[in-house]
Amino acid sequence: MSFLELKNLNARVGPLPILRDVSLQVAPGEVRALVGESGAGKSMIGKAILGTLPDAIRITGGEILLEGEDLQAMSPKARRRLIGAKVALIPQDPLTALNPARRVGPQICDRLVDILGWGRREAEARVIELLHEVHIPAPERVMRAYPHELSGGMRQRILIASAFAAEPQLIIADEPTTALDVTVQKQILRLIRDMQARHGTALLFVTHDLGVVSKLCQSMTVLFGGKVLEDTSVDQFFSAPDHAYSAALLAATPKYTDPGGSLMPVPEATIHAVEAEIAAHDLAHQIETVRQ
Amino acid sequence: MADGRAAAKRPINPRLWLSGGWLLILVVAALAAPLLAPQDPLAQDLFASRLPPMWQGGSEPGFPLGTDSLGRDVLSRVLYGARIALLVALVAGSCTCALGAVLGLIAGYYRGWADVVISRLIEIWMAFPPVLFAILLIAVMGTGLTSIIVAIVVIDWTRFARVIRAEAMTQGAMDYVASAKVAGRGRFGIMIREILPNVLPTIVVLLTLEMGIAVIVEAILSFVNLSISTDDPTWGSMIAEGRAAIHHSWWVLVVPLITLFLTVLSFSQLGEGLKDHFDPVLR
Amino acid sequence: MSEMLFEIRDLRLSFADLAHKPLFGAAPRIEVLKGLNFDIPRGDVIGIVGGSGSGKSTLGRAMVRLLDVDSGKIRFEGTDISQMDEVALRPLRRRIQMIFQDPMSSLNPRHRVATLIAGPLHLHGFDQITERVDFALSQVGLPLTFRNRYPHELSGGQRQRVGIARAIATEPEFILADEVVSGLDVSSQAQVLNLLEKLVSDMGLTLGFISHDLSVVRRLCKTTLVLHQGEIVEQASTQALFDAPQAQYTRDLLDAIPLPEVTPGWLD
Repeated sequence: MSFLELKNLNARVGPLPILRDVSLQVAPGEVRALVGESGAGKSMIGKAILGTLPDAIRITGGEILLEGEDLQAMSPKARRRLIGAKVALIPQDPLTALNPARRVGPQICDRLVDILGWGRREAEARVIELLHEVHIPAPERVMRAYPHELSGGMRQRILIASAFAAEPQLIIADEPTTALDVTVQKQILRLIRDMQARHGTALLFVTHDLGVVSKLCQSMTVLFGGKVLEDTSVDQFFSAPDHAYSAALLAATPKYTDPGGSLMPVPEATIHAVEAEIAAHDLAHQIETVRQ
Repeated sequence: MADGRAAAKRPINPRLWLSGGWLLILVVAALAAPLLAPQDPLAQDLFASRLPPMWQGGSEPGFPLGTDSLGRDVLSRVLYGARIALLVALVAGSCTCALGAVLGLIAGYYRGWADVVISRLIEIWMAFPPVLFAILLIAVMGTGLTSIIVAIVVIDWTRFARVIRAEAMTQGAMDYVASAKVAGRGRFGIMIREILPNVLPTIVVLLTLEMGIAVIVEAILSFVNLSISTDDPTWGSMIAEGRAAIHHSWWVLVVPLITLFLTVLSFSQLGEGLKDHFDPVLR
Repeated sequence: MSEMLFEIRDLRLSFADLAHKPLFGAAPRIEVLKGLNFDIPRGDVIGIVGGSGSGKSTLGRAMVRLLDVDSGKIRFEGTDISQMDEVALRPLRRRIQMIFQDPMSSLNPRHRVATLIAGPLHLHGFDQITERVDFALSQVGLPLTFRNRYPHELSGGQRQRVGIARAIATEPEFILADEVVSGLDVSSQAQVLNLLEKLVSDMGLTLGFISHDLSVVRRLCKTTLVLHQGEIVEQASTQALFDAPQAQYTRDLLDAIPLPEVTPGWLD
């Protein structure tokens, strides 16, 4: 059984649909990528699961099931508690994710103390243990540091440690390496992969970078305009993508090993075809709504 | 999608209509006061004192909003008072704005020693208690319209300078400024062509706020008898007189008070409305 | 006339480290560029590559004289421009242009597209400005109806094209492009790269292309310069550099790039 399941999730900003019948599943221990360009709605899915959507965005239909339980049917308090215990987030920007005015240690411990009801001592011991695990030298000293005193890579390690601290079953990583240099990115990806494998955590990895997907993930969901275009295995996608848009996206991604191959921009015709597909979907959706 | 946004112009928002409308009425009333006023605002008539406004029993035609304890027509005095209030708002507001904005722009964009000098000046200036400062100034210069305007400018320019300086610094760090520099535009040109249009909305908001503040300051100084001569119809002096008569003739207090309130509110709302209206991103 | 468009000699630049400024006295300096030497021949497309903190953007901004250098020479057609004041630089500004990373912040939000492109033309006394604006727009593949748009009404790729149109309008000899595709989606990234390639060959431009993305540099550049912590670790023709990287840092960089293809064991 899948740990997380989205069934026909729909969301809107005002009248504008931003998620269109999104369905996806994440099995326990699975590493799934959520891929799309800007405006594809990939980050919105993560936010919808965590319950942190901006106020302007309303979920207009569908279910978010965590171990078979519908999150939206729960009271906000029960939902927060369940999410806090079972799901964690690795955010995109490690600098804004940490409060600049507080020391790092107490900030990461807070979650364990407030949501899971751990003792302060217990939480600190656990966090130090995890900081060791993410290869941070002298964790006790780092815990007393302020965020600005640490490098970008170091901050991201801390947030990864923090995400794994409560032994969640699912981690949502929202573009966690976009702000980092490639050399640091590789270390962080390796770290996420190692931690994921060791703890058996499922991972939903939100990204626009097909390179990262090919190295880290097993399965992937391709989004465009808030709609799932393709739901496939990574092996399948990179050898023979199913959807024309996926193929075009792959062809538009530069590779330094292939300098002769001229870069093919995503053809306008492909974009128009996808947009037509989406318009047809919206129309069908409207007809369905009217009929009901 | 971009086309849709460009085509769909936002309608002018209601607060711009309402505040602009009220101020327009006021300007017309002030300009045409001699034509509109039913009476001479200074004419006393002790036989017609404390006449109620026309919707109450015992009123007399020719005094639509009643009279005060000296028998002066309230409507006429409010109309003539608008002349003084608007004159102060306009002159004091624009002078304060001009002085503060220029210094703020220079400090915020040119930085360097100009910024050091202007910033220190602002800090020292703001350490003076403003009310004392105003009273001191008027004591030295004597009462009168000019003193009031000078007092407002001298005290309030720092409000503009500080905000505009911060705004100019933010804008100065943007890449479009670097881009203009690469294109070959000089420093002064960048300040006028690139920075100023982006600081303008802030200036407009501050300017209208300042006009509102000027109206209030003038009223306060009239209230404490530091404005122009007591006979002249100002809203502040009307409120001061009305306060004493509140028990038997409320209208003497309430009419100028409401006018003042609406005017100050309109100025601040006009600023907010104009800012949104001229913002190409919102429009 | 010199064969080299740019000659950079022992270029040094440092910033004041205000975070560690003592209460009294001057702030310590952080050296960002530690004595760089390289040449850019006319017609070259040179990739300037490095991680964050390598000094690549600082180098670029020093070359177009947005930043003042501590010492060293920046020779443009044989003339040292490193110490020129703004007035002396003005005639050169027409010939040395720049495209910025974030077109949202590098295009004044209060100006329309036509005004944005016409700005540099007015400054340098061009005539027939309307025609030139239209020509620049057509060269970057934007319809003329975009003349009256504001930057926020455009997509990211379109905005970057306006930035390019503005830079090429004055017919410069050198354009510095600072991370111009890193903020774009891959689909528009490919379009902008193809456009730059076309402009370079059509206009005979010399292009300095700053990027952290080696795959993009491989695609576009003839020579490549690798910067690391303010020093040049390697400079070679792009093909030589990618085929047989000499410096350990270059090899580390190449090794860390996740190519979009399944490679089992890449993370191990």
